[in-house]
Amino acid sequence: MHKEAAIREPLILGHKTYHEITEDVCKPIEDKAPRMWYILFGIALVIGLYGVGCIFYLLGTGIGVWGLNKTIGWAWDITNFVWWVGIGHAGTLISAVLLLFRQKWRMAINRSAEAMTIFAVFMAGLFPLIHMGRLWVGYWTLPLPNHFGSLWVNFNSPLLWDVFAISTYLSVSLVFWYIGLIPDFATIRDRVKKPIPKKMYSILSFGWSGRAKHWNRFELVSLVLAGVATPLVFSVHSIVSFDFATSVIPGWHTTIFPPYFVAGAVFSGFAMVQTLLLVMRKAMKLEAYIHTRHVEYMNIVIMVTGSIVGTAYITELFISWYSGVEYEAYAFFNRATGPYWWAYWSMMTCNVVSPQLMWFKKLRRSLLFTFVISIVVNIGMWFERYVIIVTSIHRDYLPSSWSMHYPSHIDLGVYIGTIGLFFVFFLLFARFFPVLALNELKTILKSSGESYKNDTAPVHPYFAKNGHGSHGHDDHDTHNH
Amino acid sequence: MAEKVIYAMYDDDDVLKDGAKKLVAKGVKVADVFSPFPIHGIDPIIGVKQTRLGIMAFLYGLTGTTLATLGMNYFMIHDWPMNIGGKPSMTYLDNVLAFIPITFEFTVLCAAHGMAITYLLLNRTLPGMPATNPDPRTTDDKFVMELRLSDNGQFSEGELMAMLNETGVIEVDQKDIH
Repeated sequence: MHKEAAIREPLILGHKTYHEITEDVCKPIEDKAPRMWYILFGIALVIGLYGVGCIFYLLGTGIGVWGLNKTIGWAWDITNFVWWVGIGHAGTLISAVLLLFRQKWRMAINRSAEAMTIFAVFMAGLFPLIHMGRLWVGYWTLPLPNHFGSLWVNFNSPLLWDVFAISTYLSVSLVFWYIGLIPDFATIRDRVKKPIPKKMYSILSFGWSGRAKHWNRFELVSLVLAGVATPLVFSVHSIVSFDFATSVIPGWHTTIFPPYFVAGAVFSGFAMVQTLLLVMRKAMKLEAYIHTRHVEYMNIVIMVTGSIVGTAYITELFISWYSGVEYEAYAFFNRATGPYWWAYWSMMTCNVVSPQLMWFKKLRRSLLFTFVISIVVNIGMWFERYVIIVTSIHRDYLPSSWSMHYPSHIDLGVYIGTIGLFFVFFLLFARFFPVLALNELKTILKSSGESYKNDTAPVHPYFAKNGHGSHGHDDHDTHNH
Repeated sequence: MAEKVIYAMYDDDDVLKDGAKKLVAKGVKVADVFSPFPIHGIDPIIGVKQTRLGIMAFLYGLTGTTLATLGMNYFMIHDWPMNIGGKPSMTYLDNVLAFIPITFEFTVLCAAHGMAITYLLLNRTLPGMPATNPDPRTTDDKFVMELRLSDNGQFSEGELMAMLNETGVIEVDQKDIH
């Protein structure tokens, strides 16, 4: 068995047995939902439905209901799209990249982070679709034989690359997530007594039985999926950034975009994971599994990616001046001092200053502070996309077409609505799905559980009798068979 | 034909592993192990071979790369070459840089889904399939070793039971399976 250094903080606090892990995770699913769940679900549902209403109004009336104009053809829609895709980067990063790096702490958070990823990418995908105005011709983005001659989609266009990147990312993340869920659904299936849930979990668990050969395949499939998902995570936001970087708009036309967008995506994704998990661990009593150490690790990721983002901001500012291109220099000067100065400086404060506070150990181990910063970061990351998109195009080459963007209430409704829908999905997930990866957590119990690390866990009577791996003491009555 | 199967239950993965090692050393064949999580190191003991799904994933990925290349070559170069921004689509090689993102995405798409589907089919884990674990507790905290009498012709049932009892087993169950 893999032995872990004794000075390393345990990942599972206190003494837990395999059965207790099952209990802790399955109890909230089997019990009645607390009143608070219904309240939150109700609020999220109302907001989500309002958003759906706004979307229907938009589809029925046209894109004109957004606050776009001749100069500013892209604003909140694409801002929200990039924001949601960015948030959707933490889950697969946690489950794929951290799996390849053998980071065991990911096991407590990967399941819910991936669920969050999938729901966030759903919300992201909604924006380009409704921006088409005619949702029902969305399939035109696919290279299907058609009766227009056959006129194919343009494979040279970053917008089409985006179609492929987002749909691949969504479907691969979904498969990765579900393959991990199957054995845990089987655990619930074998526990629940009521016939309808039993039937439901039985279907969801695909008849999983936990045979040695199946586990052998399971581990390899997880590893290979992690291997292919790792470059995928980095490619997706790189491709999203190509939407801008391959254009010739000052402020967008920069080669720094792919790494800068990826870092920003991870930054905002981890912040969203923090926001959700800090509440979830309390509400579902999972403090033994998701504790200060996990929060600290995630804060370190936020600090590193936040610093990359900050460096990128300063680099592009410098290069805009150093390049000697007047238009480029003006785009950045206008960002910082023009009519959108407040958006620029909000972005700078939220994304550059706030993660630097994580250098202080006291602060990055403080749960309340983390919660506040996690929200600040996501506000900052929304402003980042808004600044990049709107301030770069609102003053173009022809001063007579200079304009401002004012969001309409439909802009606002659709955006708020996606937040509502996101929480509807996440609350349903927390209610009916195993929120921790049971089968993975059980594999690290003996190497990273607190009681096993400090030898307070009872030695199994079989080993106590046979003197194999016996340290500590035997305080259990022996089974006789 | 009905076959007699012994299910030996353990309450710890290391005890089961130790027991399996001892039994195999005595020449007993362990047919299968049911566990709530992967027991590391059990596969070589009971003779489960490393899966070749990784090779399959590579082949599916290769299929994706090939399909994407052939497809884009046909769509963009042969069937309807478009002149976009004064950059005509003359040959595949001229345009290959623009095709890399989608070639990559499609490779990943085919590798991941191809492997996942193969995995589910091989395991026979599909929606609606019945569970075959001998005891519901094996998805919680119990570990079961399956011994088949037909695999272990050289031992009598009593001998197998005696050997099992030395391995820290907590429950033994016998079943006839078809």
